[in-house]
Amino acid sequence: MTLLNTVIFLPLLAFLIILVLPKDNAGLIRRFSLVASAAIFLVSLGLIGPYWFQSPGKFVLETDVPWIASPSIHYHVALDGISLWLVILTTLLTPICVLVSWSYIDKYVKQFFAFLLLLEFGLVGVFCAFDFFLFYVFWEISLVPMYFLIGIWGHERRIYSAVKFFLYTMAGSVLMLVAIIYLYNAAGTFDYTRILSGLQNGSIALSSQEQLLLFLAFFIAFAIKVPLFPLHTWLPDAHVEAPTAGSVMLASVMLKMGTYGLLRFCVPMFPNAARTCSGWIVTLAIIGIVYGALVAMVQPNMKKLVAYSSVSHLGFVVLGIFTFTQQGFDGAVYQMLNHGISTGALFILVGFLYERRHSLEIASYGGVSTPAPRLSTVFMITMLASIGLPMLNNFIGEYLVLQGAAMVYFRWSVFAALGVILSACYMLWLYQRVFFGKPSEELSHHMPDLNFREYAIIVPLIALMLWMGTFTQSFIPPISASNALILGPIDAGRDIHVRNLQPHAVAGKELANAR
Amino acid sequence: MLANYIPAAVDYLRLLPEIIMTVAGTLIMVVEPALGENKRTAFTSISLIAFFAALAAAVRANSIPGTSFSNMLIVDGFATFFRVLVISVGILSVLASSQYLRIEHAASAEYYALLLFSVTGQCIMAAANELIMIFIGLEISSIATYILAGYLRDDKRNNEAALKYFLLGSFATAFLLYGIAFIYGTTGSTNLADIRNYMLTPGTESNVILASTAAALMFVGFAFKVSAAPFQIWAPDVYQGAPAPVTLFMSAGPKAAAFAVFLRVFMTAFLPIATRWEPFVWSSALLTMIIGNFAALTQTNIKRMLAYSSIAHAGYVMVAVAAHNQIGIAAAMFYLAAYALMNIGAFAVVTHFSRKGEAYVKIEDLAGLGWKQPVTAGLFAIFLLSLIGVPLTGGFFGKFYIFKAALDANLVWLAVLGLLNSAVAAYYYLRVLVVMYMQEPGQATVSVQPLSPGITTTLWASALGTLILGIFPSILLNFAQTSSALVK
Repeated sequence: MTLLNTVIFLPLLAFLIILVLPKDNAGLIRRFSLVASAAIFLVSLGLIGPYWFQSPGKFVLETDVPWIASPSIHYHVALDGISLWLVILTTLLTPICVLVSWSYIDKYVKQFFAFLLLLEFGLVGVFCAFDFFLFYVFWEISLVPMYFLIGIWGHERRIYSAVKFFLYTMAGSVLMLVAIIYLYNAAGTFDYTRILSGLQNGSIALSSQEQLLLFLAFFIAFAIKVPLFPLHTWLPDAHVEAPTAGSVMLASVMLKMGTYGLLRFCVPMFPNAARTCSGWIVTLAIIGIVYGALVAMVQPNMKKLVAYSSVSHLGFVVLGIFTFTQQGFDGAVYQMLNHGISTGALFILVGFLYERRHSLEIASYGGVSTPAPRLSTVFMITMLASIGLPMLNNFIGEYLVLQGAAMVYFRWSVFAALGVILSACYMLWLYQRVFFGKPSEELSHHMPDLNFREYAIIVPLIALMLWMGTFTQSFIPPISASNALILGPIDAGRDIHVRNLQPHAVAGKELANAR
Repeated sequence: MLANYIPAAVDYLRLLPEIIMTVAGTLIMVVEPALGENKRTAFTSISLIAFFAALAAAVRANSIPGTSFSNMLIVDGFATFFRVLVISVGILSVLASSQYLRIEHAASAEYYALLLFSVTGQCIMAAANELIMIFIGLEISSIATYILAGYLRDDKRNNEAALKYFLLGSFATAFLLYGIAFIYGTTGSTNLADIRNYMLTPGTESNVILASTAAALMFVGFAFKVSAAPFQIWAPDVYQGAPAPVTLFMSAGPKAAAFAVFLRVFMTAFLPIATRWEPFVWSSALLTMIIGNFAALTQTNIKRMLAYSSIAHAGYVMVAVAAHNQIGIAAAMFYLAAYALMNIGAFAVVTHFSRKGEAYVKIEDLAGLGWKQPVTAGLFAIFLLSLIGVPLTGGFFGKFYIFKAALDANLVWLAVLGLLNSAVAAYYYLRVLVVMYMQEPGQATVSVQPLSPGITTTLWASALGTLILGIFPSILLNFAQTSSALVK
């Protein structure tokens, strides 16, 4: 029973225990959920162990046992540098979501926390699964609790959003299922490591048309999840109508399932098809970045604004992946984590405002910094992190992505950097409209500052934003090592358009064109 | 050639399940006047004992496989699988019916006897080795089911359902019989293996047209029974009009048995002309899935919605038939088992909820059931998720295996369209979940009675079966795979 299996199955155990707790004792359920999810987080910190003094790119904590005899399906899970931090992100955010929902959820409390823990089980499993059937199982499992979370505890249009979310995501997933089965027929196994090595050393032969179609089938499923423009329309509805904890888990972790899938499955297995399509994929990513930012600017609803900013930020991740450079990959993975922290914090802070004022419209706020200065400070730090201020986390990720993009085509980073500027626009404007100015009488009376529980929620996230932005070396080495392993086989023999090649070039004087 | 008309003892052993159930059915009808007030419990007990004895006999018969009664019956893994399946369906139907019959004051011996006879017919269908036996089994099962569909004779909907089912069913059986006659005329035999051997012997190519016509005619008959397009129109009306426990039985047992004979006839007798009937089955599968799924999207009556969903699921099994490979047979078998369980579970909830006169059969009547009766709604959610095809349920693995069979046979388009269909289907199943969990309890939910022991057992058994088939499918899958090799 490795540590990884413990981390995967403890949420399931907690879910089953909550099911048998008495439903009238809401306090007991809340306390149990908090203790259980915090314990799972502490246990998951042990996963960092193998990476503590070294950064192995290979898989650690591997379990591979047969599950179904025919077709041969295994329970194959492992951890590597990319999934390590995503798993820890998930286990960190679950107790935070429990705390966020502490007083926010008062109806059917037992079912809410049960679904939250079931969701954690599905999400952790997705990031660790190395057998395609198992991956699909976890992928679909995470849909069901999220659907219920949005549909039962959400806002006015929750049923429409929940159904749209479920159907949209499932439609993409079934295409992925066809591809998985087809791949099994071609390769004879569901095991990712065996298929990958088979494809790379040529023992599994796929025609280029087959590769392209398989790549597209996987790509569509992941692109819906990311979400990539123009498949993003489910996102604003789902984010806005979900309860705060649902929005946090959705934005911070579920969206990363898509980008993780792109990096883990699409690109390494079908590199030729990925390169052929990278042109239009990067275009869509950049359109997403700019479009998301522009639409965010005109939103009157705070949550919708943050939702569109998610579309914009995740465009960076997709851009980073499809540059096929080490920096692009590193930036993409790091940006996954950054976005999880900062956008999660944004949703949490919007939730705090909602709990006080019961409105998500920007127009009903103004001058919040006067009655609630600490809340405003925290929101400012989070907002600046989201914009990409240096010393806070998003800056590192965005910079690496832009660097990777510039190494391929400089104009890509020009357009992407527009997104950075626009994000500053809408975020600063949002902050000004909500927090600055003179507060109305009514608002001042209903705007208490942060209480102890809210401090406990937000301070770790702020600390992480600072830590990830300054001591990036605590996080990047395992990521880089794993990315190098992915990039190695697919990078050979490509053209690089680089303007400034010599690292020791005197500033501005020596420009070398390398072809 | 003088056949040996004296059956051996082992022949009777192989037929024992059917013998037990027939005797029990007759016994129930004969004994009824002698029973006092506790009629219903007596009927339930006798039928359950009979079913369990038949189950044991069927499992025992699997250890002495072979043909019986001059090659008319065959007991092999395939036959045993379906016998066990239909008998289990019978057991669950008896359990689910008792409270409904009590509320309707309609508990009589005939109901249980008809169930027993219908399951007998289905067992004969599963074990039949030649076409006349198939016809006999089909008719026994169908006639019993026709009467069951019109069981509450004062109810107009029941009468309509029974009449439609009887008329259309007889018409379809006539097609089947005509096809059997053609095949007999062409090949000189009604035994499945003999038919195949005849078509494989060189020099008989000129008879392929006649054989294909016969296959087409038989396809009409079988497609009607499994409610495959374009012969599915009877299903929504009959499922909606029949009493809920009868629909529960009809949607699972006869359909499984009909698929069993469909597979056996087409994979044994007609396999040499597979390239000729495959396009028909392919188009029928696609059309069935599309009609079933898209028509269900607009339904407001839950019985009708589940009827269309049954049609769609029949479409999925037809995909496995269209693949006409061994893995397709195993996939169809596994899916029919999983489908029977989840459908029985769904209809059991409808049976429990509908109350006297089936007053509450609209989807919106279920509002808020998730909070009023969490266990019922929770188990119903499991069945709905299985029908959608969410992993860790039997429905998912069944679909996965069927589409794997389709891709093995290079039916890529059918697999893609089929899976997209199941994504569309998620909408109407989700609607029931929405109503149950995301709406406040309405007048229908507030007055719901507590679960009866029979329905509770049915629900839990079906739910556990669905989950076990989803998490540990190897248990059933291995048996299905070894049995499918015998159908050739």
